[in-house]
Amino acid sequence: MSEPILSARDVVVKFSLRGQILTAIRGASLDLYEGKTLAIVGESGSGKSVFTKTFLGMLDANGWVDSGSIMFEGMDLAKLKTEREWLKIRGKKIAMIFQDPMTALNPLRTVGMQIQEVLELHQGLKGEEAKARTIEILGQVGISDPAMRYHQYPHEFSGGMRQRVVIAIAVACNPRILICDEPTTALDVTIQAQILELIRGLQKKLGLTIIYITHDLGVVANVADDVAVMYAGDIIEYGTAEEIFYNAQHPYTWALLSSLPQLGIKGQPLYSIRGTPPNLFNEIKGDAFAPRNPRALKIDFVKRPPYFQVSPTHYARTWLLDPRAPKVEPPATIKAMRAKYARDAI
Amino acid sequence: MIADTREVLVEVKNLRVEFKGKGKKPFVAVKNVTFDIYKGETFGLVGETGSGKTTIGRAIIRINPVAEGEIRFKGQRISGIIPKELDREVTRKIQMIFQDPMASLNERAKVDYIVSEGLYNTRNYKDEKDRQAKVEKALLEVGLLPEFASRFPHEFSGGQRQRIGIARALIMEPEFIICDEPISSLDVSIRAQVLNLMSSLQKEKSLTYMFISHDLSVVRFIADRIAVIHKGEIVELAETEELFRNPLHPYTRALLSAIPVPDPRVEREKKVLVYDPRVHDYSVHKPKWTEIRPGHFILGNEAELSQYEKLLAS
Repeated sequence: MSEPILSARDVVVKFSLRGQILTAIRGASLDLYEGKTLAIVGESGSGKSVFTKTFLGMLDANGWVDSGSIMFEGMDLAKLKTEREWLKIRGKKIAMIFQDPMTALNPLRTVGMQIQEVLELHQGLKGEEAKARTIEILGQVGISDPAMRYHQYPHEFSGGMRQRVVIAIAVACNPRILICDEPTTALDVTIQAQILELIRGLQKKLGLTIIYITHDLGVVANVADDVAVMYAGDIIEYGTAEEIFYNAQHPYTWALLSSLPQLGIKGQPLYSIRGTPPNLFNEIKGDAFAPRNPRALKIDFVKRPPYFQVSPTHYARTWLLDPRAPKVEPPATIKAMRAKYARDAI
Repeated sequence: MIADTREVLVEVKNLRVEFKGKGKKPFVAVKNVTFDIYKGETFGLVGETGSGKTTIGRAIIRINPVAEGEIRFKGQRISGIIPKELDREVTRKIQMIFQDPMASLNERAKVDYIVSEGLYNTRNYKDEKDRQAKVEKALLEVGLLPEFASRFPHEFSGGQRQRIGIARALIMEPEFIICDEPISSLDVSIRAQVLNLMSSLQKEKSLTYMFISHDLSVVRFIADRIAVIHKGEIVELAETEELFRNPLHPYTRALLSAIPVPDPRVEREKKVLVYDPRVHDYSVHKPKWTEIRPGHFILGNEAELSQYEKLLAS
């Protein structure tokens, strides 16, 4: 495999909240490869957004990268301090789009101006030239009659169209990496399918590398080349989409897949995870998922598992992969997925 | 299944709901909607934002007035002007669960009050002790502890809050519950808990559900029959598996093709269909709500119906 374009190692992010210290990211590592799409899945509060915000210097004022490195173009992003340094990266090299297109856009300015502003600021285009380029980009993200739409305000656009505008702003500077934070969660499924299609098209055309943050495993299956599963501020399993869906190793990934209604059998109860995720104000001992895991081993409560390698592209942080571990049967849904995979492989 | 032997609990006939805005012409949110809900079943109502699915739910529960048509509950008309006693009975027998458990619970009230509000309003308890017993029972039924009654909503997680929302509906001992996107704002693992709770309650209490959602994959798991609504009109209605096996209406097909499936190989090969309402030429022949197969209803004109017949035969 080629060199990663971005490489995060043992990143620890902390927040100070009402005098208490919260560890939001507990030593997460990640490699991003050029032209690929990496999906980060996890539940709310698992740290998927916080983790990627460190690549952009967009943590809230009370949060900081405590240790670890984020290497990008020979620079360690974790060491950047000033806003000035970040402006060379944020928007220009790494851009981000958010869940709710209405709050991401300025309601008082025309759509055209909001895109043009980016071009003027980052690419030094001016006047007519900038306008022409703006209209070209609007057309590129699939907005019909871009010359007319240029003069309209965000409220005159539908939800899907607004998200297209947000994407237009993000890609206006030809960034190398595009981080999409739940970009289709607020949209209808038919519109979602169109936006996913658009992102895929732009990726091919512009050679973008994409990080896609979502909690929807259906969307993951659609967009991802690689998948990272996050739980309680840590990446607990990492692999290609096929490895994660058809050969998951971590009990949390099993639980996540098994609790999907799409994979459930009608009339039978769905697999459900007991309890709630751990409180990140407290120190987490052992495997963070152990208290909710009916298959937890004794060591899960004592020692944090390292990454075990399943294949050259597949890693999981679970003691189940240790050669000394007892053989534990995955839930029925996972076995069915594995069986299907094995059958197809022949 | 033979539909005739089942008891009809809710009948909706030619329902039309209008909203009067500033302009002269009222906005038609729902039109020509006709369906029955059988006792003990889960009826899924699927559509996109603004399609009118919630409006139908709210019309049944008498929040939105009906412009045309009627709604019957256990054979009695409950739309329009009805006697006070019947109104109270409807309030008791039909309950609703909402999407956002944070927004739908009064954050300044304790769980005890939130859950008993319906009892207060209908004076449906003997004395204070009886009320407390009822609250305790409702909380236990949804898997919460009775001592939670003295807490405030913000002390609970999303899944627990949704359980409070369910307890508040259950305490009225309803026969019919309208669930308006009850799991859309919950995390995957919590969704499963709430879905399981809803199915086990349904079995225990022989409840009837109307499950409103935009997510066909969830509805497929929980619903016995599904109605697909587009721009205020129901375009297709069938038993769940029949709908997934033989989707006929182009909108249903587009909707089915757009659902993301948690399987990378399936996803990579799928083709998303786009629905264009212009495929229907209704200038001469108007569409009719027709039962094309037993239990499988579809909206279409004669030319389309014969086309759908062919599709079914092939």
